[in-house]
Amino acid sequence: MNLATKDIGQSLGRFVLTTLGVGMLLMVVMAMGGIYRGILEDATLLVNEIGTDLWIVQRDTRGPFAELSRVPPNLVHRALAVPGVKSSREFVFHTVQRERRGKPFRMAVLGLSWPSDKGDWIPLLAGRPLRQNHFEMIADASLKIGLGEKIQLGKETYTVVGVTHDMLASGGDGIGFFTTADAQAIQFDVPSEAVRLERSSRAARGTRFELAAKQPSLLEFANLPAAELPQIARPQVSAVMVSVLPGAEVQQVAKIISGWDDVSVFTRKGQRELLLEGTVEKVRRQIGLFRILLVVIAAVIMGLILYTMTLDKIHSIALLKLIGAPNSVILGMILQQALMLGALGYGIAFLAGRKLFPLFPKRVILADDDLLMLAGIVLAISVLASLMGIWKAMKVSPNEALA
Amino acid sequence: MNTLPEANSTNSTNVSDEIACAIETKGVTKIYGSGNTEVVAMRDASMKVQRGEVVALLGPSGSGKSTFLTAVGLINPPTSGQVLIGGEMVLEGPVAHTNLRTFRRNHIGFVFQKSNLIPFLTAVENVQIAMELAGESRGAARRRALELMEYLGVADRASNLPSALSGGQQQRVAVARSLANRPSVILADEPTAALDGERGRQVMDLFAKVAHEQGAGVIVVTHDHRSLDVFDTIFEMEDGLMHRAKKP
Ligand SMILES: Nc1ncnc2c1ncn2[C@@H]1O[C@H](COP(=O)(O)OP(=O)(O)O)[C@@H](O)[C@H]1O
Ligand SMILES: [Mg+2]
Repeated sequence: MNLATKDIGQSLGRFVLTTLGVGMLLMVVMAMGGIYRGILEDATLLVNEIGTDLWIVQRDTRGPFAELSRVPPNLVHRALAVPGVKSSREFVFHTVQRERRGKPFRMAVLGLSWPSDKGDWIPLLAGRPLRQNHFEMIADASLKIGLGEKIQLGKETYTVVGVTHDMLASGGDGIGFFTTADAQAIQFDVPSEAVRLERSSRAARGTRFELAAKQPSLLEFANLPAAELPQIARPQVSAVMVSVLPGAEVQQVAKIISGWDDVSVFTRKGQRELLLEGTVEKVRRQIGLFRILLVVIAAVIMGLILYTMTLDKIHSIALLKLIGAPNSVILGMILQQALMLGALGYGIAFLAGRKLFPLFPKRVILADDDLLMLAGIVLAISVLASLMGIWKAMKVSPNEALA
Repeated sequence: MNTLPEANSTNSTNVSDEIACAIETKGVTKIYGSGNTEVVAMRDASMKVQRGEVVALLGPSGSGKSTFLTAVGLINPPTSGQVLIGGEMVLEGPVAHTNLRTFRRNHIGFVFQKSNLIPFLTAVENVQIAMELAGESRGAARRRALELMEYLGVADRASNLPSALSGGQQQRVAVARSLANRPSVILADEPTAALDGERGRQVMDLFAKVAHEQGAGVIVVTHDHRSLDVFDTIFEMEDGLMHRAKKP
């Protein structure tokens, strides 16, 4: 006769509710691991998909994903001159928050270096890559802008020509792919009034220069956008991506470029690691600590549940001892209940998680390794949690059956 | 009442030598607490119960009857004195000469006044578990449990939980359980307190029958003076002191 199931059978409702509660708790633990996996995956997805060999970024910064990086656009041509370089292109990346249909709308804007990069590498759910160098975009599905929809950003309106998926910035914002020029236009959009004020103040400042008096035509430049003023560099790009010729040494090329004093260079692997230890490291620690906390809480709660379940049975346990049940029977009963609670809770967590996690705004990835580890943890918790109850049960004297 | 299930004269409790008593206590004394709070619950209690003998233990409340019974039942070892079961020295003062729990399981049947049954097991399972703990197979244990319940007239309540049974029915299930492992000693502490006169009488008769048919030694603590004729011997306790009384 299995005493553990008989006991549970008598208070099934309570056990079911308790298991559900433990299951929900374990689901949160599971979600934490899944969220972390998702963040890792999302953070590195772009770097993986773009598949460039080297990233050239502003000196001593950690690249366009981890922090703000600005390099001059002519870096594209400098890089191209390095022996072994097959191609080099601009990379523009920044996040904008605008308003769309009355709601805040966040999007990571990524510039594709037209015409060498039309976004053919982007996995599309629908639509096509970019076909013209202006006013087209490929949107991540999470942005919820459908194919053919138009969106106003700055002074221009862009049409969604392709929809991709799981293309998220490390902050979790969906990515919109534009040509570099459009991306910069979106980034450096300034209200018309601000432009007018800037132009007139430029003109005013200009008239005070002797040069402007001698060469009045120079002042005409004052009317150009800031980005096109000759004495000021073009809007700077975030980074330059370099592909190396087949047969050429990536390390060799990297070594040459790292000799330039205005930039730093990372291999794809380096950029990945940077990403992980930069933006993701804190998230990892945060979620890791939170997981530990949750595991401890789950252990304490399960311990209390099993302890009260044992307290409820103290009289029965005393009676069992009185009629000669060995300790193994009593210990087995408590341990089995603990394992049932743990296993069913885990099952509920897994099933509920599979249903619920896809509804989360960010990806929650249930990796087999994580699931296995959590199963091990739950097993350990169950055994640990039953110890308090077992300790109590072992102390019970058969005398108490007579009380 | 029909015959006791599977009771037979070749039972192990019947074959050993003549001299050994079912139960023998020599000068058992129990002192609870110490110093100012010291209570001598039982002093120098000696009793011999032969196989097949049914003993009544009378006495006012607080006189030490339960203390004596739990000492003999190896639940609550005495402070000093010896307890022998079937001629085997089991307790010398608080020192156990064997695994008391295993010994209880194999040789002693208990019935107490109240809360005798495990609440999460059905009536029949309460009887069955005692046999399963003693190593009986599930099927055999089930069969004998049902027979015993039949015998005690509670077979129709076999699959009910104790909470759905009346006090008397619970008590009869407890009696069935006490008989389950064919014990050589049956100890009952006011077993008929929850029963009406008729049922109480039947349970007392049953103990006598088990004693006689199985050769078990039986001690019953009771207040019910109407059924004293069932007993072979009567002991009385007062203020922790035990003495043999005359049969009425
Ligand atoms: N666990 C205990 N601790 C202290 N005193 C006890 C304990 N159990 C019983 N006693 C005392 O021992 C005496 C005998 O008790 P008991 O054997 O229960 O008597 P009876 O069963 O005859 O009513 C009483 O005075 C009681 O108060
Ligand atoms: Mg008593």
